[in-house]
This record gives sequence, C-alpha cells and structure tokens, in this order.
Amino acid sequence: MNHIIVRKKNLSKENFLIEIKAPHVAERFQPGQFVIIRISETGERIPLTVADVNKAAKTITLIFQAVGRTTMELSTLNKGDPVLNCVGPLGNPSEIKKFGQVACVGGGTGIACIYPLVQALAKAGNEVTAIIGARNESMLILEKEMKAAATKTLIATDDGSKGHHGFVTEVLHKTIEAHKNSGGISRVITIGPIPMMKAAAEVTRPYKIPTIASLNTIMVDGTGMCGSCRAYIDGVMKLACIDGPEFDAHKVDFDDVLSRMEMFKVKEKQAVEHYQKISLEKE
Amino acid sequence: MKKKRIDLGGYRVQMQEQSPEKRIKNFQSVPLGYSKEEVVKEAKRCIQCKGIPCELDCPINMKILEMIREIAIENFEKAFFIMKEDNPIPAITGRVCPQEAQCEGVCPLYQRGHGINIGKLEAFVADWARMKGIKEKFQIEEKQQKVAVIGSGPAGISCAVDLRKFGYQVTMFEALHKAGGVLQYGIPAFRLPTEIVDYEISYLDEIGVDIRLDFFVGQNIEFSELRNEYDSIFIGTGAGAPLFMKIPGENLKGVYSANEFLIRVNLMKAYKFLEFDTPIVCGETIGVIGAGNVAMDAARCALRLGVEKVYILYRRTKKEAPARDEEIQHALEEGVILKELISPNKFIGDHKGWLKEVELFKMELGDADASGRPRPVKIEGSEFVLKMGTIVEALGSMPNRLFLNKAPELDVNKWGQIKVDDNLMTQIPGVYAGGDAVRGNATVILALGDGRQAAASIHKQIKQAKAAT
Ligand SMILES: Cc1cc2nc3c(=O)[nH]c(=O)nc-3n(C[C@H](O)[C@H](O)[C@H](O)COP(=O)(O)OP(=O)(O)OC[C@H]3O[C@@H](n4cnc5c(N)ncnc54)[C@H](O)[C@@H]3O)c2cc1C
Ligand SMILES: Cc1cc2nc3c(=O)[nH]c(=O)nc-3n(C[C@H](O)[C@H](O)[C@H](O)COP(=O)(O)OP(=O)(O)OC[C@H]3O[C@@H](n4cnc5c(N)ncnc54)[C@H](O)[C@@H]3O)c2cc1C
Ligand code: SF4
Ligand code: FES
Repeated sequence: MNHIIVRKKNLSKENFLIEIKAPHVAERFQPGQFVIIRISETGERIPLTVADVNKAAKTITLIFQAVGRTTMELSTLNKGDPVLNCVGPLGNPSEIKKFGQVACVGGGTGIACIYPLVQALAKAGNEVTAIIGARNESMLILEKEMKAAATKTLIATDDGSKGHHGFVTEVLHKTIEAHKNSGGISRVITIGPIPMMKAAAEVTRPYKIPTIASLNTIMVDGTGMCGSCRAYIDGVMKLACIDGPEFDAHKVDFDDVLSRMEMFKVKEKQAVEHYQKISLEKE
Repeated sequence: MKKKRIDLGGYRVQMQEQSPEKRIKNFQSVPLGYSKEEVVKEAKRCIQCKGIPCELDCPINMKILEMIREIAIENFEKAFFIMKEDNPIPAITGRVCPQEAQCEGVCPLYQRGHGINIGKLEAFVADWARMKGIKEKFQIEEKQQKVAVIGSGPAGISCAVDLRKFGYQVTMFEALHKAGGVLQYGIPAFRLPTEIVDYEISYLDEIGVDIRLDFFVGQNIEFSELRNEYDSIFIGTGAGAPLFMKIPGENLKGVYSANEFLIRVNLMKAYKFLEFDTPIVCGETIGVIGAGNVAMDAARCALRLGVEKVYILYRRTKKEAPARDEEIQHALEEGVILKELISPNKFIGDHKGWLKEVELFKMELGDADASGRPRPVKIEGSEFVLKMGTIVEALGSMPNRLFLNKAPELDVNKWGQIKVDDNLMTQIPGVYAGGDAVRGNATVILALGDGRQAAASIHKQIKQAKAAT
C-alpha cells in the first residue's frame, strides 16, 4: 500500500511539496478534492488537498505547511521514501463551469489548495483573478504557477515585502470594485486560514457575490463515520468531509469552526515536543 | 454459612479476571481465560439436554453440544473443527456475543445462575488453536467468477471466507486503513484483543482474499464500476455513521460522538499517545450518553485514559440497558457511575468554547414502546445541571449516507437500511447485503450469519447462471 515519494521540494522555510505515487487517486481526482494520508503504523490520519495530478505518471502532488507533529515528520521525508496510507479522492469536487469573472483568494498554504481550482476555472473559460497572500515574500508559494494559470495574479503580504502591504481581503475588495463596471465578479472562492476566509465572506456579503470557502476542520476518517469534522452551515450540522469541504461562505459559522480546531492544542504541543526530542536523539 | 446445594451441573467455574484496580490502568483483556483443567471441568458440567436448546437459540446454530463433548474429553482440536464448520471467527464471537440472550440464556442451568459458560469455552478452544497454529484445512477448487465484498466487518469476513471455500475470486474493499470493521475500530482491546482481530484478518490473506484497504466504494470507485466488473457483490458496509442529539451546545469542544471517541482510542491507539500520534482529550469528569455496548465501551475506555469520574447518563434504568450483562457488570466494578432516568437538554460552554456543564431533565418510565421497553418520559420542570468536562454521545448509528448517496439504485428504508429478500439479495440482481447495513445496530453474530447466508446465495446464483448457459 506504500505510496513512494517521487519528488520533494522545499517551497519555503515552512512549506513543502511532495509528489507521491497514488494511481487510483490520480485517475479519479477532480479539483477541490483531498486525500487522507498516514505516514507510518503509529501515524495520525491527516487530510491534505490534492494540489496537482499527473495522470500519466499516476502521481499526485501535495503541498503542506509543517505546523505540527505529522506535517513536520512528513517534511523530513525524501524522494524514495514511502507514505504508508493514502485514501482518496475524498470530498466533493468543486463546481467548475463558466461563471464569468471569478476571484480566487488563497492565503498561506491555502494557495496550494486553490491552485487546482484556478487552473480548472481558467480552463472552463472564466476570467480568473488570483489573489494570493502570505506573511512575507519568503513565505509566498506558487507565485509563478499561479501567474501561468490565472488571468491576473495579485499579491498581498502582511509586511509589505511583496505586492500590496496588508491583507488579501483588501485586494479582494479593490478587485470587486474595479470589476463593477465590467460585468462584475460573479463568484469568489477562498481557501486559507479561517480568519481570512471569514473576512473574505464579509467583504463579498454586501455585494451578494456567491462565495465559497473550503473548510479545513479536524478530520479522522474523512468518510462520514466520526463527526469530528462537523460544522454549522446556516445553523444546520454538516460534515465537512462528505458534505464539503466547500460551503457557502456566507452561511458558515466560522467562529465555531475556529474554536473546534483548537480542541487538541495541548496534546498537539506535547506531540511536537516529543517529536523534537526523539529527532534529536536520532541524530 | 452453608452454601445452597446445586444438584445438576454444580457451580459455574469462575473466570479469573484482572482486578478492577489493575485493569483500569491498562487495555489488556479483562478475563484471563480458562486453564485446561478449568475448561474441562466447565464442559463436564453440561447435562446434555435433549433438544439442545443452546444450539437452537444460537443465531447460526453452532454445534455447541458436540463442541462441549469434545472439550470434556480434552479433544480441543476436534472441538475447534466442529466450531469452525459454522463459525469462522469463534475467538471473537466467544468474547462479544450476548450469550445471556442466546445460548447461555436458555441453558437450564442458567436459571440458577450457573449456565454453562459457552462463550468462554468457545474462546478457549479458538485461542488454543491459534496458539498451536492449528487452522481449518480445505482445498480450494479455483473458479474464475469474481465477487466483490464491500466492508471488512464480521459480515464481510464471513462472506469472504465462504466465497473462497467455494472457489470464487474475492476482492474485499475497506474504507479504513485496517480491516475488521467495528471489531477493529469500535470494540476496545480489553474486550477483544487487537491481535485476535489481526489474526483473523491475516487468515483472509492466507486463503487468498484480495483485501483493498483505503478504498471507500462509491467515493473512491463507483459502485457501478464494481457492478460491471464483478459477477456478484456483497454489501457489508455496517451502520457506522453517528447519530447526534441535536441539542444546543453540541459543537462545544469536549463533545464527541462515541464513534470518534472509540476510533481515536481503538483504531488510532490514542491510549498510547506519544508512541502513537493521534490525540484524545478528556476532562476530569466525563458523561457517556446511552447504555448499550457502545456506551459501556466508551465509559470503560475513559477510565483507562485516566478520567477520574465517569458517568453513564441513561434515560431508562439499568434493567432496560441494552448492553451485554458482562459489560455492565465490568463497568460498574471498575467504578463507572450509572445515573438513571436522566436525559440531556443542552450542553453549556465556557467563554472559550469548552464544555463546562450539562443541563439534564429527570425522566420517568411510562408505558411500553415498540421495543417492549417502558418509554422514558420527561418530567417537566425537573432540569438540573451537572459539571462535565467531556461528553460522549453513544446514541446509536446509521448506515453511512455517503455510500447510499453514491449508490442510489439500492432500495433502502427510511432509516437507510438496505432492503433485501429472503436470500439477502437486494432488488438489484446479483447484489446482496447483510449485517448492520441491513439490520441497523445489531450484533456480530447476526452479521456473521448474514455473510454466510449471502455467500451461499451467491454460490447458488452463479451455479444456476452457469447451468443456464
Ligand atoms: C480538507 C482539508 C484539506 C487540507 N489541505 C491542506 C493542505 O493542502 N496543506 C496543508 O498544509 N494543510 C492542509 N490541511 C490542514 C492539515 O490537515 C493540518 O495542517 C494537519 O492535519 C496538521 O497536522 P499536524 O500533526 O502536522 O499538526 P498538529 O499539531 O496536529 O495540528 C496543527 C493544527 O492543524 C489542525 N489539525 C490537526 N489535526 C488535524 C486533522 N486530523 N485534520 C485536520 N486538521 C487537523 C488543527 O487545527 C491543529 O491545531 C487541510 C485540512 C483539511 C480538513
Ligand atoms: C463500540 C461497539 C461495541 C459493540 N459491541 C458489541 C458486542 O459486544 N457484541 C455484539 O454482538 N455486537 C457488538 N456491537 C455491534 C457489532 O459490532 C455490529 O453489529 C457488527 O460489527 C456489524 O458487522 P458488519 O460487518 O455489518 O459491519 P461493521 O462491523 O460496521 O463493518 C463495516 C465495515 O465496512 C466499511 N465500509 C463502510 N462503507 C464502506 C464503503 N462504501 N466502502 C468500503 N468500506 C466500507 C467500514 O469502514 C467498516 O469497516 C458493537 C458495536 C460497537 C460500535
Ligand atoms: S443448554 Fe446448557 S446444559 Fe443443555 S446442552 Fe446446551 S450447554 Fe449443555
Ligand atoms: S472526518 Fe469523520 S465524519 Fe468527517
């Protein structure tokens, strides 16, 4: 069941790319879907968005930020190393059709998650404005790829080291205004940190622009068996893994989603400390 | 004091167990198993009833009396092969069947509290065979027809074993990264040691079942693709989707479905956290809602994770609790506190979104409902509050709608249970179903029986199809 890593790249200090053999996922993947992987027998199951596929080579590309125990360990693996389990594609594919003028807002590692959507939407004949942001220039990923795929790519960094000095949501606002007289933005898709997606939803709400957010709730099985990934959408409990991961951003209770993501914080910290300790011992 | 005399059969040979104080600190088996002498002594107590009630009441009519006779003369190998004729996983059923409601419950010796300990005899023989490396031997006459088995729980396992015996090419699809269904992800190791489940799964491998893990049929492969590719299909997908109370505060941190709680603990081994990466967090007090096997399992897991106070919050009383007798007894011995006649009204959180308290209603028992048990009725105005750091909702579960949505051609009832005929065939020719996917929350032995019956139906159908061409 091993999924061999055929390519590994450091995209920034915290962001990594791996391309793994996963013939089954490569064959069936549609933009917006994700996989759940487990590195080893003792590993946790973690969801990662499929950022790209190579059908001929039967591989999928995963881009991730090393934020905790599992993603840190994953970042130390190299070409030739195996990932033990990979189930997918999971979740519903994104709705891809000709909407007209679409804005795709990606923040941090969310840029990687939105990349396949930018590609697919452009291919479907949309005029796609990609708005991507990070804390600073060195943490910005996939700029080149995005520029190749999108009609237009706008950048924002928190410290102003590249592009707009400030948040992607400010750029989104300007973009919406700028398109007002040319038919208007007809759809916004946003993937990234919860506060960013929440802010993006608030930007588009007064304009009544249909806005889609992809929720990265905590998941275990990814197939509707545990309820860990539940979120309230318009007051109704939904499971992000099988009802999502994309939802109408104007209906998501983002505060609740954010709160639930902190449920295991104490243990996650212990796991990182433990991992750093055993890594040091190994050296 | 003089003990009351018991004529027939005498006293049940006591099962040695880990003491409650010791066992709540580990996930090892609670019963320590009979010794050879003990098992023979227990078997010799059998009075060999005419009519053999125990066998009649066994859902798969296992040849219990024949097995007991062989055990009594220390012919364990023979006893093992007798069991195996009807039951592919006796080491498991011996441990988890609700024997008091089946074979042991109808044993005449049970009336005086000393029924033959049939489950433990079964487990002894199966363990003995495993330790000796003794396996059922059979010749497989390979046939070219292919059958897909969806799900690797007891229904899928028993169906796959029989299909292989008939010679079919069997592919088993399992959504999770480990096979076994509830046996693997739900029932804790202190009731059903993981190595026993793993052993039965490796046996599937040995007899040539092609097990495809990480494969959710419907999501990762279309159901229609399977229908095109295989001569027949068995659906043993279980009823694994959790039900929620749908009351305010359910999304607070600290509220789990029993499925999530048990999957983290058992499948992901969160009780060995740091050696294993998956976390679980519990407060100092935990309330488990429900009183079935699932609730008992969650409560007993919580104790073993070091939670100080573990409550079972139940809307009826102990008498109506659906869990196995042994489970309730073990839970109480271990210090689980059973709170009867109460039902949660809402969960109350602190300003950081963590569960802090539960508001409950007091209940009283009314007239019997459809299940024959008295209906719990809310006492208006009886609300009260309990401090609670963690809640586990063990309300039962439903067939997974992800699969049903992706296989809309299947006929289901309003609870999402797949409809089948007397041969366990769905309304789609060649597609069979059984176990919890059909019955809802049922038992291992019923799932096992269904798997075997479906295999027989599939065999018959393929034979007939061949004869027709
Ligand atoms: C549908 C989906 C797609 C995702 N795609 C990507 C992606 O393409 N790239 C990427 O870098 N990240 C992605 N994530 C987030 C990623 O799953 C988490 O960063 C990862 O699980 C962290 O694990 P860890 O052990 O390294 O860190 P931990 O220290 O365990 O956790 C860090 C934080 O990550 C979140 N998290 C922890 N465990 C899980 C879990 N099992 N499931 C989901 N979130 C968890 C929590 O909020 C936690 O506070 C996605 C999440 C979802 C739900
Ligand atoms: C915690 C707990 C304790 C229990 N205790 C007892 C007990 O003591 N005694 C007893 O008799 N019964 C007990 N039960 C009930 C018993 O476990 C079930 O009745 C039995 O396991 C049902 O077997 P099954 O084969 O139908 O399904 P399951 O055991 O549920 O297995 C179904 C399998 O199918 C997989 N699956 C589902 N959909 C798909 C798909 N589309 N593609 C691929 N794979 C899929 C699932 O991942 C799962 O592994 C308990 C149940 C639970 C949850
Ligand atoms: S019912 Fe009890 S005593 Fe009678 S044959 Fe079965 S095990 Fe023996
Ligand atoms: S991850 Fe378990 S239900 Fe969604």
